[in-house]
Amino acid sequence: MSLLDLSGNLLFVAFIAYLVGTLLFGGAIKQSKPEDAKNRTNNWGKLALITTVIGFLAHLGYFITRWIYTGHAPVSNMFEFTTAFGMFIIAAFILIYYMYRLTALGLVALPVALLIIGYASMFPRDVDPLVPSLQSYWLTIHVITAALGQSILAISAVAGLLYLLKAIDPKTQSKSRFWMEAVLYFCVLVVGFILATVIFRGIGYEANFNYIDGQNSEQEITYNMPAIFGMNDYTLLTDNVMEPIVEMPAVINAKKLTTVFWAFVFGSIIYIIIRLIIRRRILELLHPLVRKVNLSLLDEVGYRSVLIGFPVFTLGALIFAMIWAQEAWGRFWGWDPKEVWALITWLFFAAYLHLRLSKGWEGKKSAWLAVIGFSIILFNLIVVNLVIAGLHSYASA
Amino acid sequence: MEKIICVCGHENPEGTKLCAKCGRPLTEDALTSKILDMKYDGAAIRSKTRNKSFVDKIWNFFSSVKVGITLIIINLIAASIGTIFPQEFYISVQTEEQKAAYYEDTYGSIGKVYYELGLSDVYSSWWFQILVGLLAISIIVASIDRGIPLHRSLKNQRVKRHESFMKRQRVIAEGEITEGDSANTLNLVEEKMKKLRYKVRRDGNALLAERGRFARYGPYINHCGLIIFLAAVMLRLVPGFYVDESMWVREGEMRAVPGMDGYFIENEKFILEMHDNEKTENQVLQGVNVVAKNYQTNAKLYKQSKDAVPGKIDDLELVKDYSIRVNHPLKYDGFSFYQMDFKLNEIKAMNFNLTNKESGESLGDVSIDLTNPKDEYVIGDQTKVQLLGYYPDFSGFENGEPQTATPTPNNPAFIFKMITPDKPDGEVSFVAIQQTIEPNGDNAYKMAFNSVETRNMSGLTVHKDSTIPLLAIGGAIFMIGVAIGSYWNHRRLWVEQLEDGTIRLAAHTNKNWFGIKKDLDAVTQFAHLPQYIDQSQDDDEEENEKEGESTI
Repeated sequence: MSLLDLSGNLLFVAFIAYLVGTLLFGGAIKQSKPEDAKNRTNNWGKLALITTVIGFLAHLGYFITRWIYTGHAPVSNMFEFTTAFGMFIIAAFILIYYMYRLTALGLVALPVALLIIGYASMFPRDVDPLVPSLQSYWLTIHVITAALGQSILAISAVAGLLYLLKAIDPKTQSKSRFWMEAVLYFCVLVVGFILATVIFRGIGYEANFNYIDGQNSEQEITYNMPAIFGMNDYTLLTDNVMEPIVEMPAVINAKKLTTVFWAFVFGSIIYIIIRLIIRRRILELLHPLVRKVNLSLLDEVGYRSVLIGFPVFTLGALIFAMIWAQEAWGRFWGWDPKEVWALITWLFFAAYLHLRLSKGWEGKKSAWLAVIGFSIILFNLIVVNLVIAGLHSYASA
Repeated sequence: MEKIICVCGHENPEGTKLCAKCGRPLTEDALTSKILDMKYDGAAIRSKTRNKSFVDKIWNFFSSVKVGITLIIINLIAASIGTIFPQEFYISVQTEEQKAAYYEDTYGSIGKVYYELGLSDVYSSWWFQILVGLLAISIIVASIDRGIPLHRSLKNQRVKRHESFMKRQRVIAEGEITEGDSANTLNLVEEKMKKLRYKVRRDGNALLAERGRFARYGPYINHCGLIIFLAAVMLRLVPGFYVDESMWVREGEMRAVPGMDGYFIENEKFILEMHDNEKTENQVLQGVNVVAKNYQTNAKLYKQSKDAVPGKIDDLELVKDYSIRVNHPLKYDGFSFYQMDFKLNEIKAMNFNLTNKESGESLGDVSIDLTNPKDEYVIGDQTKVQLLGYYPDFSGFENGEPQTATPTPNNPAFIFKMITPDKPDGEVSFVAIQQTIEPNGDNAYKMAFNSVETRNMSGLTVHKDSTIPLLAIGGAIFMIGVAIGSYWNHRRLWVEQLEDGTIRLAAHTNKNWFGIKKDLDAVTQFAHLPQYIDQSQDDDEEENEKEGESTI
């Protein structure tokens, strides 16, 4: 077994461990008869945490073996970075767990990490050689610190989600109930994306097209999902596959749009099936699970995670980033989309910290802010990397 | 200014919420609240004391945290707008018309609006810079407004606080000690709190244990760092502090460095290396840029001797020989040279044969050095070629005249006059790549294209930024401040032993109540203090806590 295979297997072990850990955490905080609640919780909780730590060690093993194999910190492409992000979320969870001993956090932290790792695995897993601009020890320092900062900030969203799961009454209609269900629907969409990718990859779907790009030159593209949207001025080259239904202008990448479409279709189908089976909102299903968590402690954990994560994020995503940019391009700031969104994340959490000073921005509102902050981090990871960064300078000289 | 005189006799400035001496609440709000607002320790912040003059009103506006947060959010939104479409400096067109056309062609009418509103260069727009400036003012004003009164009140803290102060703290306890001799209680508290690294002061029957007061200064320190950072960015506008030039140097060529007087840089060789691995999926998806392995310019930096005539380059001293690569700039005397761009195979020279069309016989070779074309190329006594016109980047004819788009030899074209023994008056021919025009009809001779010589060109950026040290200082101060404010908290415990030996206790921390409660648990057990309660938790939440304790 080569080092790279070993690395892949370790990641798989970690994934399974987190999956089992989630179930165990569910068992740990599930309601039960009061008299044996304490013992039961302790045992289940301990087991859940041990499983998580085993998963984390396997994940760390993946990271180290891949690092040794590639010769650089495995954070240089979408698969590698996102997988590492999942690992740091688990690390941050373990850190916060040891500070507060709050078992319930695991019930949200682990599924979030699972979704992130699952999402990461949908990207090409090859080892990419480094382009000149990435050949620097700052790749290791900057990316790892920034990811760690983002992960600690993410724990505040984990605490926030848990807070909202409990604080929102699933029986009465409210704006927050709607948005909370929307957050859960989004999580199902991620599962939908993973499922769509796996299924079409499994049946080996492939359709080749020629199309005309924005610079008026002819390009070739391969779809791995049935083309709903066609690229600008496309010609289908493969036989016996679906013709696109709508043609898109050159400015829109119809292949990515098709992927998003299928993620929505699969995700929505799963969501509807879940709703049909449980016959109520997902929120209503999860609400009783967290009946016993202490809201004010969750609020404090959320605030504390931002306090811990904010300096780390500042150091990694702004200061180290500026030092590296100065080293590589001679300007510490270039208003590149990725930079701007790091600044936006930073400004947002600065606003969060200042809002905590004024009355009324604790509890529910603060929990929502943490969730919004995490969605900005995800936006920077997903949308900025895959959509906005078309002319993104990191890829060029 | 008016003073508020507290029951205890202490004079407080107007706007004070809690008496600086005894802690008695002084305002209606404070008196009726269950838990006191401990922001700034109840000191009178400037914006709450003065609101008369115009200056006061401006001051009060900028000192408001609400205004500050609003400015943060507005800045955030403005910054995000600039990422919808690529900014002008990331698109590779030069003129205003080309830019306008680019946005309209690529993004349609939305792109046109985006460009016309100036959003395509939003970060250098006056209104964006004003927004950043307003935020900076807000940071300065709010920090002075709160920092100074807070510092005063922290410095002049009394040990003993009034009952009305103590009872309105979030965490309180009152009652008899659970065990032992009450005469010794304060000593036990002092002993334990000292062990927990608190500073303990006593005044009669009262005790104040305090830890991490410096954490209160964290926000003010980090604001200071931010202001230094922003000031350093502004300093760039001062001439001489900031040089940002770019230059192209061809292989074998030496050029004066723009912005760096008396220095010349020579490009010995440009090297482009590619990764030779089998293409990975990402490389296929992302195209040519991701297969590059190295961009490198082997450069020599020369300095002119001091008394040399400007522009004269025969008296140069080599000061640095360096391979400039991405991430490895050449650094000298505060200046840095960065590998930014390259152009492969630029035409350096073109070689032609003067050929008789019919016989195919060659009369001789002509090699034209495009950087230094000559007027006349002599082959023999009666054979020569005159260069009547040279168009480095031929773009077509206008009124019968050939035009050139740029001075760069991308598409060289020539007008030759061929003088041969047969045709002593000469024949004129226009020669471009894959195109020959003979204005006077059929010529007997032609300039047959033979070969080209090419060379590579390096695009370098020359930078000098004297503001870097100041930026670094600002950044470092910010980081220190933010770490102090985030990782340490200011914890205080007030204990008073009443005449009958019972204990009254109150505790406050600016952040991390979980942490101070751990300390309180320890001291409660050690000194047998009455159990404390957290007044912030509602009754039903308290129930939850009890029930939930088993899950924590």
